[in-house]
Amino acid sequence: MTHSPEALGISIVLAGEAGQGIQTIEQLLTKILKLDGYHVYATKEYMSRVRGGTNSISIRVASKPVQAPLQRIDLLVALDEKVLSHLQYRITEETIIVGDPEVLGAVPGILPVPLRQMASELGNEMYANTIALGLISGLLAVDAQVMEKYLSSRFADKGDDVVANNIKAAGLGYDRSWTLRESGEVRFSEIRKHEHSNEIMVNGSEAIAMGAIAGGCQCITSYPMTPGTGVITFMAQHQHDFNLVVEQAEDEIAAINMALGAWYAGARAMVTTSGGGFALMTEGVSLAGMLEMPVVIHLAQRPGPATGLPTRTEQGDLELALYAGHGEFPRIILAPESLQSAFAVSRQAFDLADRYQVPVIILSDQYLVDTYYNTAAFALDPRETLPSIVETTEEYQRYQFTPDGISPRGIPGRGLGLVGADSDEHDEAAHITEDLDLRVKMVDKRLRKLGRIKEELPAAGLEGHKDWRTIIISWGSVNPIVREAVAELNRNDVAQIAIQQVYPLPADLHQYLKKADRTIIVESNATSQMGNLILRETGHTFQHAILKYNGLPFTVEELVENLRQCLLA
Amino acid sequence: MMHFDMEKIDIAWCPGCGNFGILNVLKRTLVDLKIRPQDLVLVSGIGQAAKTPHYIKANFFNGLHGRALPPATAIKAVNPELKVIVTSGDGDMYGEGGNHFIHAIRRNPDLTVIVHNNMVYGLTKGQASPTSQLGFVTPLQVDGVFEEPFNPLAVAVALNASFVARTSIHDLALTQKLFAQAIQHKGFALVDTFTPCVSFNKVNTRQWYQEHTYIVGDDYDPQDRNEAFKKAVEAEPWPLGVIYKSPAKASFEENLPVYKNNKQPLIDRRVQWEKLEALIESKKI
Repeated sequence: MTHSPEALGISIVLAGEAGQGIQTIEQLLTKILKLDGYHVYATKEYMSRVRGGTNSISIRVASKPVQAPLQRIDLLVALDEKVLSHLQYRITEETIIVGDPEVLGAVPGILPVPLRQMASELGNEMYANTIALGLISGLLAVDAQVMEKYLSSRFADKGDDVVANNIKAAGLGYDRSWTLRESGEVRFSEIRKHEHSNEIMVNGSEAIAMGAIAGGCQCITSYPMTPGTGVITFMAQHQHDFNLVVEQAEDEIAAINMALGAWYAGARAMVTTSGGGFALMTEGVSLAGMLEMPVVIHLAQRPGPATGLPTRTEQGDLELALYAGHGEFPRIILAPESLQSAFAVSRQAFDLADRYQVPVIILSDQYLVDTYYNTAAFALDPRETLPSIVETTEEYQRYQFTPDGISPRGIPGRGLGLVGADSDEHDEAAHITEDLDLRVKMVDKRLRKLGRIKEELPAAGLEGHKDWRTIIISWGSVNPIVREAVAELNRNDVAQIAIQQVYPLPADLHQYLKKADRTIIVESNATSQMGNLILRETGHTFQHAILKYNGLPFTVEELVENLRQCLLA
Repeated sequence: MMHFDMEKIDIAWCPGCGNFGILNVLKRTLVDLKIRPQDLVLVSGIGQAAKTPHYIKANFFNGLHGRALPPATAIKAVNPELKVIVTSGDGDMYGEGGNHFIHAIRRNPDLTVIVHNNMVYGLTKGQASPTSQLGFVTPLQVDGVFEEPFNPLAVAVALNASFVARTSIHDLALTQKLFAQAIQHKGFALVDTFTPCVSFNKVNTRQWYQEHTYIVGDDYDPQDRNEAFKKAVEAEPWPLGVIYKSPAKASFEENLPVYKNNKQPLIDRRVQWEKLEALIESKKI
């Protein structure tokens, strides 16, 4: 099997201790690469600490758009020696390792670049990172003018000296790269450049936050928890432009109860959290079910149980999301797979919550929220949100019985009527009741909404050749990795179903599974929670499950290998 | 009949319960203050006191046990034109909701918080509450309570709450006066309201409250925080009246950036499409 650079692009990894500046290089490098016309993809893995440890950023540079991580490393920029053991499993004989001999010591096989010494010659060791940036840019044949232009604009507000020094430092690294290329020590195959200046580069958190704003979100209340915090941070930074109430709650219980209060009074609100925080919110999820109150919950998964691996990724909370909250009530769970769908799903979540008056959970994970690549600018049209609030009359009853179970939603102070919300079983006017016949009617009313949701949500669809015999199913952030692995397999008999609607499952799923000779499920968890859900909903049992739960996302190469083995079996 | 009266209701309180007094005084105060039922939201958690919103004709949000303050805070934040009153019990507010009590005071939303404090759990039938006094014997605290009773007034003063009062339902006139002041106060206004539980608290009865309380004198200055703290820790007899008023400070809503230059309620505002387009545009580099 070959993973030629031509097909997969070049895999660059920047690695070092937290606080050493790999992020600075990353931020400059990915933007310069994008501006120069490369397709760029970046994801990070990091330790739950503020200083020390080993963090790494993986960047793919390719001739075509890419949305999945590679296992192999073509170019490793190592800022300290611990990096080498940390990333050993990804280093091959072909990996070019660049490092400062002063820092790494005499490690065989390393291409020594005295970054620190070069920087001190410039007068400040701080410029070592910019020299590294220039070096990588040069190795990738970036147009030097594009690099310099970006550095000028990036450091413009820091003064002419800083601009000049950075350009000089980058130039030193860049020149060094030409020496390495010409001597034949480093040679990468050429990656084609494209004009894509109209594309944007954002990470999953930003896509979800912007989607929420487009969905009319006016209020976000949360308690900080990695990896869910990125969404509220982004919204806090833009709260003045978008009329947002952003409040750091005392705990996740307060956060979701605030969000429910905001919806009750007529605003659109959300919370963002991770598994442990969501566990605290579950009583509030149940309250949303009983009050028939819309609410949007972003649950960015990380490995549990308990504190688990705080900064890493997993799809281990599907069942938590599915069963959270005591009692029986409908909900919607959506798992976006890409930046485009993170934006679209997040936006749509608000209309769905509002339309069906149910909690809508956006199930992402650390991998998705921390990953970014160039992608089309998010489409905003049509520029409207679902009008859903009615002006109340004197006779208004919040829980009026209707054929589809959805009662017109009024809000306090908008109309002549009064609006109640009651966590007890209640009558149509929202008042507490122990009329047990009424109880049955109310349960049926609430559950009727799920039937409506199932009818109105879209089908899953299937990707692949018409002669497919094998179906590979995955969900959420794993989908694009499977997609690239399936493309690498290049077989007519393999098709993929990429689930983004976790609950209720797409209605067409069963018909495809029934026809398949072989079915494979791919998930980032240990117990195949999606497989279990599909079994519960359709009776289908998968022949193969490819499961990963070490805290890292799947890579294209390992999935290709795993899928090959399943297909041989 | 008052316009806050419900037409037909089956009230779940025991005959002689102090909650009836609180309900009547509250309705009368709302009429006197000319508050429209449509502009009022009553918020509660769970407990006997938390049933109060079901017995007043107004908007209401009867949420989860202990969780009255978070939704109340958000309701006021997204529509400051609403008058929001929380009715809660000592277990709901000081036990299950203790963390929210602390942080809501820190936020200072413009809420009136009436806590029906009967020093016992009523709905769950007679267990100790955070305000049960030392030695109080219950089916669960069989040798009597030994935990230090929660002192809501002292906690509120410590947090520089903007309005802190205590009343006792045996004095209807004082209760109405304090409810009115609390409702008219801008900011977090706590009225800890002593009330008898006729079924489960045979110690702290109506007569007991009458005999163990006094009204602070006209010479008492509730704006002196050190004096207020002394007052707040007094017991046997317990002081009634306005115990503390902080120096004037902005409410949570007033501090929110959304209302700094624009008083329009958040719920009436729409998506800023042009700005969102510009934000997306800015991500092209």
